[in-house]
Amino acid sequence: EYPTVLMAHGGGGRLTRMLIERMFLPAFRNSTIETLHDGAVLEIEGLRLAFTTDSFVINPLFFPGGDIGELAVNGTVNDLAMCGARPLYLSLSFILEEGFPMEDLWRVTRSIQAAAEEAEVKVVTGDTKVVDRGKGDGLFINTSGVGLIPEGVEISPQRVCPGDVVLISGAIAVHGIAILSVREGLEFETTLESDTAPLNGLVKALLDSAGPQVHMLRDPTRGGVATTLNEIASSAKVGIMLEEAGIPIRDEVRGACEILGLDPLYVANEGKYLAIVAPEAADAALEAMRAHPLGREAAIIGHVVEEHAGTVILRSQVGGKRVVDMLSGEQLPRIC
Amino acid sequence: MKYVDEYRDEAAAQQYVQAIRRTVTQPWTLMEICGGQTHTILKFGLDRMLPKEVTLVHGPGCPVCVTPVEFLDKAVTIASRPEVIFCSFGDMLRVPGSHEDLLIVKARGGDIRIVYSPLDALKLAQDRPDREVVFFAVGFETTAPANAMAVWQSKQMKLPNFSILSAHVLVPPAIEAIFSAPGNEVQGVLAPGHVCSVMGYWEYEPLAEQYRVPIVVTGFEPLDILQGLYMTLQELEEGRFEVKNQYARSVHREGNTQAQRLIREVFEVTDRAWRGIGMIPRSGLRLRDGYTEFDAERRFAVAEMAVEESPECIAGLILQGRKKPPECSAFSLCCTPEHPLGAPMVSGEGACAAYYRYGQGAQKVSSR
Amino acid sequence: MCLAIPGKIISIEDNPLGVRMGKVSFGGIGKEVCLAYTSEAQVGDYVVVHAGFAISRLDEEEAQHTLEALAEVEEAAKERGESLTATERNCSISCRK
Repeated sequence: EYPTVLMAHGGGGRLTRMLIERMFLPAFRNSTIETLHDGAVLEIEGLRLAFTTDSFVINPLFFPGGDIGELAVNGTVNDLAMCGARPLYLSLSFILEEGFPMEDLWRVTRSIQAAAEEAEVKVVTGDTKVVDRGKGDGLFINTSGVGLIPEGVEISPQRVCPGDVVLISGAIAVHGIAILSVREGLEFETTLESDTAPLNGLVKALLDSAGPQVHMLRDPTRGGVATTLNEIASSAKVGIMLEEAGIPIRDEVRGACEILGLDPLYVANEGKYLAIVAPEAADAALEAMRAHPLGREAAIIGHVVEEHAGTVILRSQVGGKRVVDMLSGEQLPRIC
Repeated sequence: MKYVDEYRDEAAAQQYVQAIRRTVTQPWTLMEICGGQTHTILKFGLDRMLPKEVTLVHGPGCPVCVTPVEFLDKAVTIASRPEVIFCSFGDMLRVPGSHEDLLIVKARGGDIRIVYSPLDALKLAQDRPDREVVFFAVGFETTAPANAMAVWQSKQMKLPNFSILSAHVLVPPAIEAIFSAPGNEVQGVLAPGHVCSVMGYWEYEPLAEQYRVPIVVTGFEPLDILQGLYMTLQELEEGRFEVKNQYARSVHREGNTQAQRLIREVFEVTDRAWRGIGMIPRSGLRLRDGYTEFDAERRFAVAEMAVEESPECIAGLILQGRKKPPECSAFSLCCTPEHPLGAPMVSGEGACAAYYRYGQGAQKVSSR
Repeated sequence: MCLAIPGKIISIEDNPLGVRMGKVSFGGIGKEVCLAYTSEAQVGDYVVVHAGFAISRLDEEEAQHTLEALAEVEEAAKERGESLTATERNCSISCRK
């Protein structure tokens, strides 16, 4: 329906989903790709491999709390961890713009190295291309990753069922707001930094405590918690009830969202995941997450229900209910 | 956050719902004028907490909903010029002109930037003397002092490359247009607390008197809205029609005289067309003679652009509360949030977008 | 039409044109705000800010009164003999079509 690609097609919302479902899925239809999960799960000689890919086009390249290199490693490691896999190997390809300063490239490379070490993964293959000046916005990174899924771990939307409990591993919307704080025309002073971090350790802590009862994992990056929960509700064909009062959010993030007119449920996160676990395992799961340094602010934020399949509903902090819909494109700051 | 969290207390909100339930003895139709109030009502699900007798109609107080199509076409024309950096609040980027919106112009290479304040656009003009910086000055009396200051400072600094596309509108004439329209169903009004923080509320007293409709100046937090509704319903049940001030922590009867002074210095009142409603006399602001050099319409010769609005879209009747979105033939068929025909489907709190998203949800919201 | 949020004035200084500006904190983040329209507001006061401009100084007394008004509503109800029964307190959320 759109003659040209819009920014909204990259926003992770409804238009992105339409592009995938109407153009890409029909072209590559197979059972593996249809799960539309963070990574594909492949059965090879009795081994279960998780395989994923991601691109990074963030601007500015260097932002409070991180840079495009660290984001690339953590983003890929986290997609593998969301399949329940132990991340092992990464590929790394650069698309560089003619004239891009070597000093910045070296700085990004060093932060990739440090992030890979921290996440205990190896960069084993890669590629480098250069485009003419003016054609590339400095630097783009594409990665892919491979991991091994241990026995007894089964993560998929199909395992989600009414009665399950929805948890989040920490305070929401930190990354998106940290990036906005340095964006021209919207700047504000803050101590907030991107929450980019490798989540494989925090996932392991959860799986060790509630392994088979962990039904679903996903990191709510672009489009935020609302978009991710809508995707899960529709692929698992269940309803989700959220409790606004239970959702952890920092004062500074709330302050920025209030003055810019943004709903934090749609703001990007980088070092957080959503977990959907069987009810009897919820307390143990919460405790295990909070015991880990990256999970201090973990919380139960809602539960899965049978009613309103495919729809996420929020009970606001004053008790009224509203539908939490998927946005068509990117959420924009507003004054009204 | 101080002065925010206290007004989002669940127990207090539930008690106000009880008080409203006890007060109401018959059906009433109330209108909250401001899109910001509509946003709070939908975001906190307040409409679903109210008794069946209370119907809330979303008013015309949202620049996305009321800015005429021709201003969007003028914005698209100006923003497409290579020498222009076009700055706007985020709200206006998705509003459909007759063919394109500003996001499509951006996709085609137009330099369009979202800003938080008109002063950000002014700073950009100082930083980029090589470009023409234009700010899309939409909004009501609340935003007028901000745009007035940007123009005033630009004049002091003799900045040659800053101008505004001004589409300002005023609330009282719009309320009068709604009250005087045949078939008007609105019986009580929540007046916009931030417009009144600037202009005061004395202008609404003759309206309440003449049309016998209670008007309560209301804030934007859940408790403000619920208290505003309670005060309006109390007046209706007792047959009174006075102007009351619920948002006294920010609003005084005379308003902010310092802000009003600069508005009068830079702007003057003029007739203005409202999208879907049509021409309302003396309902807009335009730059005064001493400041016309900052008028982007003249600078880029787009003043004469006139445009017919899409006949299919009944935005006007929706904004006046005389029709509900599902009664429109295009609703959720050729008019959806992805393909909005009219502005009330674009803005998150436009009546049509709200119905499309939450209306569908209404059936799914289980009521115990 | 007018998203405006209360913030606390942290510092005040005039810009080169002599316009009163200041830094205002919203839950801990700092934003530069024009204070020209609230000349009476001092450091430590709260102002309501829209699109980078303070449009009013928050009145602490009135803010308290708004919160206490609910108690008056309760009183009025009691005098009219309508005490809040338990079932009434957990309100049923009616959903209008």
